[in-house]
Amino acid sequence: MAHFTKATSVKDWFNQRLAIEKVEKVMGSEYWIPKNINFLWAMGMILAITFALLLVSGIFLLMYYQPNVNLAFDSVNYTIMKEVDFGWLWRHIHGVAASVVFLIIYIHMFTGIYYGSYKKGREMIWISGMLLFVTFSAEAFSGYMLPWGQMSYWAGMVITNLFSGGSLHADGLVEWIRGDYVPAQAFLNRFFMLHVLLIPLAILGLIGLHFASLRIPHVNNQDGEEIDFEAESKKYLAGDKAGSKVIRFANDFMSKDMMVVGVYLVFFFYLVFFNYDFAMDPVNFDPADGLKTPAHIYPEWYFLWSYEILRPFSVNIGLIAFAFAQVIFFALPFLDKSPNTIPASRRGLFKYWFWAMLIDMIVLTAMGKVPPSGVFSTIGFWAALTFIALWIALPFITKREKAV
Amino acid sequence: MKNKEPLILAVVVFFSLLTYYLVEPFAHSQMHKHHESEGFVYNDLPEPTKKGAAEHGKVLAIGNYACISCHSIKVENIPAPMDPASAAQTYGVNPPDLSNAGVVYDAKFLTDLIKNPAHALMVEHKFDPAKGKVHPMAAYAGMGGDLDQEVADIVAFLQSIAVKPEELTPTIAYENACGRCHANHYAGWTQIGEKPQFKKKQDELAFETQVLDYTDALTKYMGKLPPDLSIYIRSRGEHYIKTFVENPQNYLKGTAMPRVGVTAEAAEKVIEYLEDSGDAKRHERESVGKNVMIFIVIFAIFAFLWKRQMWRDLH
Repeated sequence: MAHFTKATSVKDWFNQRLAIEKVEKVMGSEYWIPKNINFLWAMGMILAITFALLLVSGIFLLMYYQPNVNLAFDSVNYTIMKEVDFGWLWRHIHGVAASVVFLIIYIHMFTGIYYGSYKKGREMIWISGMLLFVTFSAEAFSGYMLPWGQMSYWAGMVITNLFSGGSLHADGLVEWIRGDYVPAQAFLNRFFMLHVLLIPLAILGLIGLHFASLRIPHVNNQDGEEIDFEAESKKYLAGDKAGSKVIRFANDFMSKDMMVVGVYLVFFFYLVFFNYDFAMDPVNFDPADGLKTPAHIYPEWYFLWSYEILRPFSVNIGLIAFAFAQVIFFALPFLDKSPNTIPASRRGLFKYWFWAMLIDMIVLTAMGKVPPSGVFSTIGFWAALTFIALWIALPFITKREKAV
Repeated sequence: MKNKEPLILAVVVFFSLLTYYLVEPFAHSQMHKHHESEGFVYNDLPEPTKKGAAEHGKVLAIGNYACISCHSIKVENIPAPMDPASAAQTYGVNPPDLSNAGVVYDAKFLTDLIKNPAHALMVEHKFDPAKGKVHPMAAYAGMGGDLDQEVADIVAFLQSIAVKPEELTPTIAYENACGRCHANHYAGWTQIGEKPQFKKKQDELAFETQVLDYTDALTKYMGKLPPDLSIYIRSRGEHYIKTFVENPQNYLKGTAMPRVGVTAEAAEKVIEYLEDSGDAKRHERESVGKNVMIFIVIFAIFAFLWKRQMWRDLH
């Protein structure tokens, strides 16, 4: 057993028991981050803050929300929006953050792809990040069910139907997921449970894994340069702050994070108060009605690209393409055969691959929302094929890349 | 190395805005028909040619029973001939009280309505006399004098008893224009009036039974129960509601919903009523929003200054 002495101060008392000084060094002042980074490296902090906003606003909403098919809609739209002091504020924060968090996730992902931050020991960062993307998607979908509006109901109907597997006709599986033949009380209750307990638990665990996966390979930098963190941190501690290639996480990196967070929050709260319709679809302000199908059923914007990969094909092929789109990003570190960890701009054909992928996903996103007819379904079809073709081409074009 | 951050920011902002434009304004323009409001001027209806005399209108409307055999006029102490549920079972929908008809409805519309209800209400596809379907409101055939003059007199009478335009409240406008078909349970409104507080459960159940009798008759008359409008301001938005009310056939060809014929001012009041029921905290949202923005901008400035200080000796 450790030897404890009479504490000389409160800090010393804690220090003997929890080693707070050491923890502070490991987590903050001597957690070394490359200096050669830009504001895109602050997306992680923005995501953490947005997640905190979702968690806190969600806790407040949970105090008044009623997971009952007869009460859910009015508990949100009447009780929370009209009766509860500032209930509207928590709901708008929750709704807008749920949408904006995906914008930041996509920026975060494309930053990783552009700078090759999934290569050479950083594979687990990418994979744990993708697991977070999947759990956030499940969290967003389950949360979207809860107001029990028209879009909740019909999106729940359409998405759970996917599990019938087309010609497999696994209707038993669909009923098992719904707990009923159609989305009803059992369905609402289980999605409520998933949204407020199981998925958030998984997300918290995965955030821990995501952070842990950064410790050994360290954060990447703008040039993909391999840094000797030992030597550079010694240089910093010896006083050569300007010459060292690394900075402290706290407060050097943190201060830059907070500057970016400040700008982000101006944008975020502008949306919360003055431009929220994009995140709170008007159709979902009609109560769920199983006898009235809305004219247009579409998912929230962040699912549109994968929805459009499903849509232009016949049922079975569409489902296979959809399944492909869901998992293929996980394989990125293994499909990229290039030995280089440098920005896409210096990587030959991969440079074009990157921009083609980004633009293709935006085209898919746009086509996923508009009605699938005429020229839109043609564009959607070719964009979906392009998506698949780009992934098939990736190992070939990266294999030909010369080491620099 | 030269600072690339402004360029990177521009690229991120550009692609974010492009995506936003495509999934919001562009996609919605492709999904929904857009109609511009005509400002509730009802260009298809003829201008009244005669100047009405309110006193003579009163004689026609009340003395000759032109209106009051079906309509109540509460300001003139004329009660409704039937309770709302019985009236709905008789006519399909409860004929409105006419106390404020003169201020809620446009004069051109009223003039045309009295002479040819199905035409003014734009429900001729539903009420075609050739097929034996007559609108429950009988067209006014006149008392033997000049028909146009008599109608002008009745309109003048209705305008003379109504509250002044500046006294028109959202509740009056909603009750007259929407409330006999559309409930609004966030405002406590049923098709037969505001739901009172009951001391006894029996009284409450009796009231609810009346509402159900009413809505059953209304459903039969309209084909389906007209929707509750509690949060239509969020689900449809102001523009859609206004252009829909102005001419329901714009969006739903063949709908049983009549043109309501409200004035532009009354339409504004209806919108206000719907905002109060469906977006009650809008004023708070705007004022809190402003304060939060000021707070966050100050936070961002301090964060920027902190960063500058921390990085001074890192460069």
